[in-house]
Amino acid sequence: MFIASQRKTKTRVLLAKAAVKQYPLWFIVPGAIIYIVLFAYPTFSSFYYSLTRWTLFDVEFIGMDNYIRFFSEPSLSLSLTNTFIFAFVTSASKVIIGMALAIWLSGAIFAKSYLRAVIFFPALVSTIGVGITFKALMAPEKGLLNVTLSIFGVEGPYWLTEPSYALFSLAGIEIWKGVGIATVIYIAGIAAIPNEFREAALVDGASAWQVFRRITLPLLTPATSTVIILSLIGGLRTFDLIWATTGGGPGFATDVLASVIYKNYQAGFYGLSTAGNVVLFVMVAIIIYPLSAWLNRRIVEV
Amino acid sequence: MFRRNKLRTTGVAALAASALVLAGCAGTEASTEESSGQETAVEQVSISVLFGTDSILSVAEASVAAFESANPNIEVTLETRPGGVDGDNVIKTKLATGEMNDVFFYNSGSLMQALNPDDTLVDLSNEAWTSNIIESFWPAVSTPNGKYGAPMGTAMGGGILYNRIIYADLGLSIPLTWSEFMANNEKIKAAGIDPVIQTYGENWTAQLLVLADHHNVEQSDPQFVEEYTNNIAKISNTPSAFRGYEHLQELHDKDYFNSDYASAILNDGLTQLVNGEGAHYPMLTFAVSSILEIAPEKINDIGFFAQPGDDAATNGLTVWVPNAIYIPKTSEGAKLEAAKKFVDFIVSKEGVQIYIDTIGQTGPFLTVDAPSADELYQPYVDMFPYFDRAGDTTPALEFLSPVKGPNLSQITVSVGTGQYSAEEGAEAYDEDVKKQAEQLALPGW
Repeated sequence: MFIASQRKTKTRVLLAKAAVKQYPLWFIVPGAIIYIVLFAYPTFSSFYYSLTRWTLFDVEFIGMDNYIRFFSEPSLSLSLTNTFIFAFVTSASKVIIGMALAIWLSGAIFAKSYLRAVIFFPALVSTIGVGITFKALMAPEKGLLNVTLSIFGVEGPYWLTEPSYALFSLAGIEIWKGVGIATVIYIAGIAAIPNEFREAALVDGASAWQVFRRITLPLLTPATSTVIILSLIGGLRTFDLIWATTGGGPGFATDVLASVIYKNYQAGFYGLSTAGNVVLFVMVAIIIYPLSAWLNRRIVEV
Repeated sequence: MFRRNKLRTTGVAALAASALVLAGCAGTEASTEESSGQETAVEQVSISVLFGTDSILSVAEASVAAFESANPNIEVTLETRPGGVDGDNVIKTKLATGEMNDVFFYNSGSLMQALNPDDTLVDLSNEAWTSNIIESFWPAVSTPNGKYGAPMGTAMGGGILYNRIIYADLGLSIPLTWSEFMANNEKIKAAGIDPVIQTYGENWTAQLLVLADHHNVEQSDPQFVEEYTNNIAKISNTPSAFRGYEHLQELHDKDYFNSDYASAILNDGLTQLVNGEGAHYPMLTFAVSSILEIAPEKINDIGFFAQPGDDAATNGLTVWVPNAIYIPKTSEGAKLEAAKKFVDFIVSKEGVQIYIDTIGQTGPFLTVDAPSADELYQPYVDMFPYFDRAGDTTPALEFLSPVKGPNLSQITVSVGTGQYSAEEGAEAYDEDVKKQAEQLALPGW
């Protein structure tokens, strides 16, 4: 007490330091060890292993051969295209449908919380379960979907087995499953918009469309950017849904990057699949970081 | 002093906390070794054996029970693994980490070669029972350094299961050449029946028309296997090897498949066959045991013939060598002796009899003294004559060459659904096998 009052300036510095360093550094050790052992070390060692041909028994350094072979895979160009189509279609649809549902569910409607729960339920089910269920529903002749269509005299499409549109059937399932999360994010975003803005606009004689276009949409940018980033990353990395429904088939028609990588791993080409994972990692990073920076710049402060 | 103590305790606490979390990841390790402690005390040996979950499992259960009652001092634990590529990974991982069971059941041929057998498996060439094995089995489980497997089960034929009622009604005869086969298909189609059943819902079934054509390849190009293994011949530039892809494309182009071929699975295909909705189903003869589950009363309506090639004079059957049981190098001492006893039991006359009693005779056994079943189902009645005529059988390519690509299923589906032409399919597979050869570090690739 005595010393502190004598040397006021130093005390202030110490206090400032204490405010910044509230917890001892030791506290980060458990987290850091887990992060290093389970994330950082495997990530960086995968860069090395992607340059080797390894089995579980030994390693042989082969330079860039895995990358050359990976990019010359006959199914790779198709799977890259599929990955982009899948990611952008699902991401865009989740933004549009999610926002529409959120606006509808934020209004004064009957059974609001029940409807909100129903929209969110698909997000709670395991993707494998969803995949297996839809595989049965979308079966060409005995599936519920086509049996229902045939009652109305419509011959249903071969949802998952016709190479030209099987990928879009998969995107449809992914949207059904993932739109709940997007909706919840948007509902939170809408709730955060102060009601005064809307009321003021209405008093000034703005139409419902103008309120949406000039107030809701710009102030929802943080929610939109979250939905886009999450769904795009999810879409680019998607694997489980495709594996449970088509396995990348028929043939290679619905192969995406992640399923090509998994098939190489299954076949025992560990070096090749490690290289594929590095490619996926780099690709997601190249797309997401600039996009995320751009989206964040557009966020309007309330 | 106080400060130092505090540092130490926080450090320990931090380490303990992270160790606790990490320990969660390794929690299963402790339990695997516990059986090894008790063996010496009462001369009681316990071994564990690993089998797949398909029809062989019931044989394994019966064999283990019989073996235990014959050897009261040996206790056998039966474990199972998944089939297909997941099973391959279980086997490879267990071998690599030294945790393989004392005896395990696995494919022979190229899949077995991929296990690095010289480093991981026990050489069985000096066992007494080896003289009881039919010579043609050995190439499928051997390297220049040793013989590693004992046959379990029977050889299978790869060819065409057909509906005999349809053949009788339409007055058709068994085709010996591909053009006769296509002529039959035309008549069957005209009668309003699907000529050929395909089931791409399980895509491995798409490979049969290519793989089961190997007898015909061998007849036209006896040097093909060697040149293929040494990276000289390619499928896309060897007309006889390419023929299987052409056949598949031809059947697709003529619209000879069942309407739900893109999503049907094996059991759907067999059901259509026994019900007479489809006439031919290119398949392995092991599928007959599934017919027994679907419609046992109709089993003798189903017949079998080898996949026809270009020349009736060389008509013959492509054969799948039986799977085998192996002992890993990690099995030692008393456990190794017990494991060898178990293998000996499986290949003995008694062991083979247990197989017959459990699931019937599904083809020829590869032991000299094997008993045979009193009664055979029709598809097997049709299959056995090929084995009786010398030169009428050829092992499938995967038993003659370690070169086998992992994507043949998807490639043949692509050809069968018209996404690839036969040429594109063959070229894609040539690329696919290159990866496998490089991974195995085969000379010449």
